[in-house]
Amino acid sequence: MVNENLVKDVVKEPYKYGFVTDIETEKIEKGLNEDIIKLISQKKEEPKFLLDFRLKAFKKWQKMKEPDWAALGYKKIDYQDIIYYSAPKQKEKISSLDEVDPKLLETFNKLGIPLTEQKKLTNVAVDAVFDSVSIATTFREELAEHGVIFCSISEAVKNHSDLIEKYLGTVVPASDNYFAALNSAVFSDGSFVYIPKGVTCPMDLSSYFRINSGDSGQFERTLIIAEESSSVSYLEGCTAPMFDTNTLHAAVVELIALDEASIKYSTVQNWYAGDEEGVGGIFNFVTKRGKCLGKRSKISWSQVETGSAITWKYPSCLLLGEESVGEFYSVALTNNLQQADTGTKMIHIGPKTKSTIVSKGISAGNSKNSYRGLVKMGTKATGSRNYSQCDSMLIGDQASANTFPYIKSQQPNSEIEHEASTCRISEDQLFYLQSRGIEFEEAVSMMVSGFCRDVFNQLPMEFAAEADKLLALKLEGSVG
Amino acid sequence: MQIKMKESDPILEIENLFASTDNLPILKGVSLTVYPGEIHAIMGRNGCGKSTLSKIIAGHPSYNVTNGDIKFLGENINSLEPEERAQSGIFLGFQYPIEIPGVSNLEFLRVSTNARRKFLNKEELDTFDFEELVKEKLEIVKMDHAFLSRSVNQGFSGGEKKRNEILQMALLEPKIAILDETDSGLDIDALRIVASGIKKISNAQTGIILITHYQRLLDEIEPNYVHVMSDGQIIKTGESDLALELEKKGYEWTDNFLKET
Repeated sequence: MVNENLVKDVVKEPYKYGFVTDIETEKIEKGLNEDIIKLISQKKEEPKFLLDFRLKAFKKWQKMKEPDWAALGYKKIDYQDIIYYSAPKQKEKISSLDEVDPKLLETFNKLGIPLTEQKKLTNVAVDAVFDSVSIATTFREELAEHGVIFCSISEAVKNHSDLIEKYLGTVVPASDNYFAALNSAVFSDGSFVYIPKGVTCPMDLSSYFRINSGDSGQFERTLIIAEESSSVSYLEGCTAPMFDTNTLHAAVVELIALDEASIKYSTVQNWYAGDEEGVGGIFNFVTKRGKCLGKRSKISWSQVETGSAITWKYPSCLLLGEESVGEFYSVALTNNLQQADTGTKMIHIGPKTKSTIVSKGISAGNSKNSYRGLVKMGTKATGSRNYSQCDSMLIGDQASANTFPYIKSQQPNSEIEHEASTCRISEDQLFYLQSRGIEFEEAVSMMVSGFCRDVFNQLPMEFAAEADKLLALKLEGSVG
Repeated sequence: MQIKMKESDPILEIENLFASTDNLPILKGVSLTVYPGEIHAIMGRNGCGKSTLSKIIAGHPSYNVTNGDIKFLGENINSLEPEERAQSGIFLGFQYPIEIPGVSNLEFLRVSTNARRKFLNKEELDTFDFEELVKEKLEIVKMDHAFLSRSVNQGFSGGEKKRNEILQMALLEPKIAILDETDSGLDIDALRIVASGIKKISNAQTGIILITHYQRLLDEIEPNYVHVMSDGQIIKTGESDLALELEKKGYEWTDNFLKET
C-alpha cells in the first residue's frame, strides 16, 4: 500500500541545471531555407566545399519524411519556427581563456566544468560548446605536443580542412536519415578530434554541450579520427535550461577507427526532460555511428541517458575491418512522461568481427522506454559473433518497457546471441533492505545502480562515479 | 503463571495485537513480552501467523495493525518505518532471504552496519575498517570471504543464505532478533554453525525469538519459553519441555487448548 506511492515520490527529482544564463546573444531569424544556410556558412567563414555539402544535404532533407517508426509520440515539430544559429556575443578573436566572457565561464563553473587555467579539471581536456559555438578548449598545447588535435569543428574546418573534406559525412552521409540530413545542412559547432598514428591520447577528451536559448535548436557535429594503432577515450555531457517549450537537438557524431585503433565514446546525457506533466524538455534526435575501417579496430559506445523529453538515438558500429570489435553499453532512465527509443546497430561486414550489446532500461512514472537494436551479419562476415543482453527494470505500475531486437544474418557461419529480461523492484526487495536499516531512497538507488553495474563498469572511472550520482539524484526525493 | 519479577525493563512488549492484510485478519490478539537475556520459541502450524507476527514487528508495509501495541524499549513503534526499527535494534532473520542482483553483499553489509552505527552514535566505517570488522564476524558463521564479493544472496544455497542472515545479525548487534525458521533447509553441520553463531551474538542484554517447527534447533539453543500459536493467537505458553511434548504429540494435541480457552 505504501510503496507504490513512495516510489513515485522517490523518482521525482528537481532538475539542477535548469538555469538560464543572461547573456547577449547573436541570433539569426527563425526559419530554414537556402539563404539561412548560406548565412550560417558565411558567419562561420567556411570554404566552398562545406557550403556545397550543406546545400546538398538541405535539398535531400526537403525530399525526406520525418521518421515515424519509433515507439514515440510527440507534437509535430515546426521546422520553420526554430532559430538555426545562436551564439553568445563576444570579442572577435580570443587568444586566451581569460578573455572569455566571465558569464560563460561562470555558467560552466555552475555545471561543474571549470575552464579557467587554475581550476580546470586535471587530466581531462574539455571542449565547451554553448548554443551554436564552442567557447573554449582546454589543454590544447599539451595535446598538440603529442600531435593530437582537439578543437571545435569550426576551427578544424579552417585549420584542417583537408581532414574535414576527406572524412566529413563518410560515416553518416547526409542522406542517411531525416535528422542527419537536417544536421548536415545547418550544423553549427561541435568537436573535432584527430589522433595520429601510434599515439595513445595522454588524457581523456571531453565535450560539454550546453543549450541556453529556448527557441534555437542545437545541431552539433562531432568527428573523431583515430589513425592506425592509436587510441582515445572521449566523453560528452549535456544539459539545458528548463523551458516550457520543446527545444530540438539533432546531432551527428562520426567516428573513424583505422587499423588496430580504438575509440571509446561515452555519453552522459542530462538534457532537460520536461516537467511532471510532460511540458517542455529537449527533443533529442541523434545519429551516432562509428566505422571500424581497419584490422582489429575497435569502437566502444557507452551511454547514460537520463534527460530529454524524447530520445531517438542508436549509436552504431560498421564493422568492416577483419576482427574489428564494436561495443554498446547503455543505461537509459526515463521518468514522468519521458519517452526513449534507443539502442544500437551492429553491422558485421568483415570476417571474424565481434560485437557486444548490453542495454539497461529503467522506466519510472508514466514513461516509455524502448530498446531497438539491429544486428546484421553480412555475406562476408564469416566467423563473426554477437552477444546482446537487454534488461528492463520497471518502477511503479504505470511505466512501460519494450524491446525490439532485429536480427538479420546472411552468413550461416556466424553466431548471434540475444538475452532479455524484465524485472520490477519488488516490495520484498525493498523491505529486505529497509529491514537492515537502509533508507527507502537509498534502497531504490542501490538496486538501480546494481542493475546498471555492467554498464557503469565500462565508463571511464571518474565518470562512472558521476553517472552513479546522477542516477541517484534522479531517483532522490522526499519520502513519505 | 510465568510472569516473575524482573530486574530490568522488557525489550519487547506486544499487547493484544490484531493485524490484517488485504482486510483478511491474521493476528487475533497476540500478547508477548521479552526481557533481556531471554530466548523465546514460537511454534505452530504453517499459516498460524508466526511469520506474519515477525514481519509486523519489523514493520512490513503489507500488514495493517488494527488494534494493540508493539512497544520496543518502552516506546510504541507502530508508526516507525522498517529502517527506523532496524536502526534502533530490531532484527528480522528472514525465512527466505531475498536475492538482490547487482548489489554487492559487502557494500550492502557496510551500508546496513553504518546505518545502525549512526543510530548508536558510533563512527561510520569506511571500506577498509569495515573489511576488518566483517572478517572477524565471518568467523562466527564460518563463511568464506568470497561471499562478500557476490550479489546479495544471489546464487547462494539455502544454507549460505541463512548464514548470511546470521552474519548480518552479528554486524548489526540488535537488541532483539526475531529469527523466522532460520533452521529450515539446513543440514546438521550448518544448523550447528548457525546455532552457535546465534549463541555467540546473544548475551544478557539481548532478546531472541526463534520461530521454528523443529525441536532440533531448540536442542542447540534452549529457550526459556515456548509459545504455541494457532489461528493468530498464542494458545499455550510453557518452558522448554513444552516443545518436546509438542514434538511427541503433534499439533493436533494443541487443538484442544483453543477449545479450552
